[in-house]
Amino acid sequence: MAKSTKSADFAAAMNGKAHHSSLPKAPTGIQGLDEISGGGLPRGRTAIVCGGPGCGKSMLGMEFLIHGAQDFDEPGVLLAFEETPQEMASNVASLGFDLKHLVETRKLFLDFVYVEPSEIQETGEYDLEALFIRLQHAVDSVGAKRICLDTLEALFSGFSNEGLLRSELRRLFRWLKERNLTTVITAEKGEKTLTRHGLEEYVSDCVILLDHRVRDQISTRRLRIVKYRGTSHGADEYPFLIDNQGISVLPVTSLEMTHKVSNERVPTGIADLDEMLGGKGFFRGSSVLISGTAGSGKTTMAASFADATCRRGERCLFIGFEESVAQVARNMSSVGLNLKQWVEKDLLVHEAWRPSQYGIEMHLLRIHKLIDSVKPQHVIIDPITNLITGSAQRDVYSMLMRLMDYLKGRKITSVFTNLNVNSDQLEQTDIGISSLCDTWILCRDAELNGERNRCMYILKSRGMAHSNQIREFVMSARGIRLIPPYVGSGVVLTGSSRIAQESKERAEAQIRSQEIEQKQETLERKRAALEAQIMIMKMDFAAEELELEKIIREGQSRQKQVQIERNAMSHLRLGKQESKSESFLTKSAGEPS
Amino acid sequence: MPVMKLRLYVAGQTPKSMAALSNLQQICVAHLDGKYDLEVIDLIKNPQLAQGDQILAIPTLVRNLPVPIRKIIGDLSNVDRVLVGLDLRGSQHDGNGETRSGFDKAIGAKT
Repeated sequence: MAKSTKSADFAAAMNGKAHHSSLPKAPTGIQGLDEISGGGLPRGRTAIVCGGPGCGKSMLGMEFLIHGAQDFDEPGVLLAFEETPQEMASNVASLGFDLKHLVETRKLFLDFVYVEPSEIQETGEYDLEALFIRLQHAVDSVGAKRICLDTLEALFSGFSNEGLLRSELRRLFRWLKERNLTTVITAEKGEKTLTRHGLEEYVSDCVILLDHRVRDQISTRRLRIVKYRGTSHGADEYPFLIDNQGISVLPVTSLEMTHKVSNERVPTGIADLDEMLGGKGFFRGSSVLISGTAGSGKTTMAASFADATCRRGERCLFIGFEESVAQVARNMSSVGLNLKQWVEKDLLVHEAWRPSQYGIEMHLLRIHKLIDSVKPQHVIIDPITNLITGSAQRDVYSMLMRLMDYLKGRKITSVFTNLNVNSDQLEQTDIGISSLCDTWILCRDAELNGERNRCMYILKSRGMAHSNQIREFVMSARGIRLIPPYVGSGVVLTGSSRIAQESKERAEAQIRSQEIEQKQETLERKRAALEAQIMIMKMDFAAEELELEKIIREGQSRQKQVQIERNAMSHLRLGKQESKSESFLTKSAGEPS
Repeated sequence: MPVMKLRLYVAGQTPKSMAALSNLQQICVAHLDGKYDLEVIDLIKNPQLAQGDQILAIPTLVRNLPVPIRKIIGDLSNVDRVLVGLDLRGSQHDGNGETRSGFDKAIGAKT
């Protein structure tokens, strides 16, 4: 994709749309090729597929026929010059195509044309009428709509009269056109020309060039539509892959930004993170970037998301480039995430492969294919940084952009992790894709007092209120917690410093409360002492009172006695002296005071 | 000399095909002394037969026997080239006269 430009892609996509109806097309059924050619090969016309040896020409022609016969009800004829029908059948058997069945059900006609120059002696005039007769016979016997001549140029080695050959080829192309056959002709690439024998001179409707290149020991196949008369087409080189499902060409996605958006939110699997994202989590179908330095918890965060989606019964595709499937499962069990159960329930599809296994295009193609087959609601790629291995940065950017568009178009929530190697440039991804992401979570380490602690914050999250806090990322067997760091007395503390500070504060508070208790106790004690004193005084008083009362009573009884004696005496003296004794009595009563 | 099994492929009565047939008949009379089996196949009538002998050009003369198979394309106007193509030049030096003649008789009886 080195030569790709966004504007060209866009223009091609727009024009391609307008031309869809004008020129009839025969779909190839090859994933991606129909998209970039605006619907397939020109119907009723001839297309040349050229390229070097082993570039996949024959495969393309073959798939064109097989898909035509199987999926579009268009029987086909294969005229093979290089391989026998048996070889052909075994070639495509690995792709799951049953050639024999197609031949038996009269949907495909195979004719092997064997040209051996050493057996042929030329004398006098001749023409290639027998080739036409064979073709006509083949076309008639299955009612063919499609035909593939692979590789027509083999004729040049069999016949020495080039002038005649060329006029016969011209006649052949006319013949094919007259019969309204959609034709694919494969041709070997020439040194300076598209085909070794200049077949493109005769066929001017559509020319597709295939290429097989090795860079940094990674091979990439590319396809380019050199020419397509009467239609606009993607002019770039598109990478393609031949695997056990045949050929697939990137992009398999529309280049327009027309995807619908969702207001639905999906929980992140971390309650604290949900809370930071306005209490609800990510938007469904949005793209999330988790970037950070090594060991800052990116994978764990992504795995939590996967766990949460599976818990809700939604499918998740987890693509790893660093750790094997088993390793991730083991490591995540240490934070209480049991991913294995989701794999067993077929909710989590976990794929891992080496980043150096392919070039960037192949990675993305494989991802595309996985998405197509798994049909997940959420995709996690961990980490995208590794895709850069063996590919130019610009390629990675353009490819990731396409991938994100593709995912958004399908309302698939995507979580990408990104490893920042250079900690000075944390708020920058190596591939520069942060601007494409809707939510960007940054994980980083905070170094303080001889320890590293994990911190995280939300750098951006489009379309929702989100927390601006830096939280401490704490992983334990019970899961992940995002703890607000200590922010008292003007410093931000994390990790054990935070814990120390918090316990210090707790201790101080305890001491304070103890002091209050003590004071209260003292007060109580004083009150008790005072009351005891009062009691003693009361008791003293009571004793004194008793004493005094006793004295008073004695005095009174003595006085009474005196009175009685006096009365007795006056009784003895008789009546008149009674008043005198009274006055005496009054006097004596006042005496004690 | 063994009986030569020949097939001439033509496509209708085109001038080239007619020329080839008459040239071949002359060569056969002159050089094969009746020891040949000639079959003329019109591909317009039997198009399916083109596949078996791998015919592309018209006219094509195929020598199926003796092996190896030889193909001569064109109107057979150059007699010398036809003779070389049919291995008739130098075939006189063939040494296995006896065994061959018995074989020839067996085949020849049929013709």
